[in-house]
Amino acid sequence: MITYAKYEILRTFRNRRFFIFSIGFPLVLFFVIAGPNRNVHNFASSGLPAPLYYMVGLTAFGTMNTVLSTGTRIAGERAAGWNRQLRLTPLSTKNYFRTKVIVAYLMALITILVLYAAGISLGVHLAAGEWARMTGLVLVGLIPFVALGVLMGHLLTTDSIGPAMGGTTALLSLLGGVWFPVNSGALHDIAEALPSYWLVQASHVSIGGGGWGTRGWLTVAAWALVLAAAAATAYARDTKRV
Amino acid sequence: MGVDVVTTESSTGLGIQLQGLTKSFRSPQGEVHAVRGIDVSIAAGETVALLGPNGAGKSTTIDMLLGLTQPDSGSVTLFGRAPGDAIQNGAIGAMLQTGSLIRDLSVRELLTMMAALYPTPLGVDEVIELVGIGAIAERRTQKLSGGETQRVRFGVALISDPDLLVLDEPTVAMDVEGRHAFWDTMRGFAARGKTIIFATHYLEEADQNADRAVLMAHGSIVADGPTTEIKAMVGLRTIRATLPGVEIADLEHIAGVTSAERRGEAIVLHCADSDAAIRALLAAYPQMRDIEIAGAGLEQAFLQLTGGEGAQ
Repeated sequence: MITYAKYEILRTFRNRRFFIFSIGFPLVLFFVIAGPNRNVHNFASSGLPAPLYYMVGLTAFGTMNTVLSTGTRIAGERAAGWNRQLRLTPLSTKNYFRTKVIVAYLMALITILVLYAAGISLGVHLAAGEWARMTGLVLVGLIPFVALGVLMGHLLTTDSIGPAMGGTTALLSLLGGVWFPVNSGALHDIAEALPSYWLVQASHVSIGGGGWGTRGWLTVAAWALVLAAAAATAYARDTKRV
Repeated sequence: MGVDVVTTESSTGLGIQLQGLTKSFRSPQGEVHAVRGIDVSIAAGETVALLGPNGAGKSTTIDMLLGLTQPDSGSVTLFGRAPGDAIQNGAIGAMLQTGSLIRDLSVRELLTMMAALYPTPLGVDEVIELVGIGAIAERRTQKLSGGETQRVRFGVALISDPDLLVLDEPTVAMDVEGRHAFWDTMRGFAARGKTIIFATHYLEEADQNADRAVLMAHGSIVADGPTTEIKAMVGLRTIRATLPGVEIADLEHIAGVTSAERRGEAIVLHCADSDAAIRALLAAYPQMRDIEIAGAGLEQAFLQLTGGEGAQ
């Protein structure tokens, strides 16, 4: 199981797409957007400095890509018939998914650390406890996206999953406030019902409180439960058919 | 083979039992009865070919055998256990019909990764040697040719040191040389006392590599026996020639001929051994001309065996 996970990680690291979409893209965008605004201390009346806002925004964007790419890998394995091959080994379904989740989170952590370093280079300054709490919220906020990745991996093919994933992350990051704050009007009401919004809201730890109110925790929990149930159903249907 | 219950130390003595297996699928054209109630009993150590044309139900049978598909009815036991339990013990290795390899790993890394999942795997080097992939062991899996991929997949099937090896049309993507090497390796593995089941639609492959062949057509077993017998049943050839004025009854007595008919001046002879038949014919009737000898092909042989029933 440990050896299996080791090679699964190695395999993911060798995938150039991971570095481009999950690290390269968000990193470049961060410097392009936050760089010119590095001295804005109350960005769009959010009460947050622009570099902090965008550091978390692009961490959300990058990690969303990272954990959703679990789906790309699952779709690829299905296309290769590899999931059937694995079902002929003692590897349990539980351990199969456990490995997928561990790899997803490991990759997400790399994205997080790279963007934190970029943020610090533009003057982001937080207390140790705030860094820790913020990171915790991002990791919890990613749970629905891990489930969504697994769901898409079992529903879609290698051809359709790329565009589907690109569209999903583009829409969710726009409405979630990755690019600019969504803090009023109907858009805000919609945004508050999305998991991506709360991922971006993790940056609010620096202005006191836990970062998420009850509403945030409930929204993330609801998405996590619904998507996990859908992913489990898709997996069950997939293995029954083949 | 022993159906009687013998007290064996090893559960492998129980062999492979398929009982009353059926499986139907829904398709846009209506319900497809892929497997219509088959019973097969295979002793440990046997090499059995599952022979049949495309669409005979071979792959569905293999999927049920491996527990990848649940049968609508019937049961499968592998060495006295359910497929899932046998898989847990690493007792089963399989090379499925469709499939490639996951990318971004070298061949050696992939085999190491898979070996780690089993309780008592073979050594990675041993498997590399066994399937002859030493030259490509350090190459990334996405850079292999079709034939090389098949050989690595064969290695993946062997890595657990399985008691039962299942191969579903394994030589499809291989060239002639590759096939030769593949069957050599398989026979070597069989010689270790392993049980092997392989599906093929080539009679020659069954004949050369199996002790026994199970013939499937339209989801049913139409024959089951030693490959020599099966070959005689389906290895039919037809001799056509122009030969007026000879009694059909005389032709039917010629060695190798199973049946004969007359069509005007022409005769059509169905032969189990066309080589023997043509020698005898030319000696007896030197005036024979316009001679054609054609293989019947599995499909046609099956149609004869099944009387054409069940064709959809």
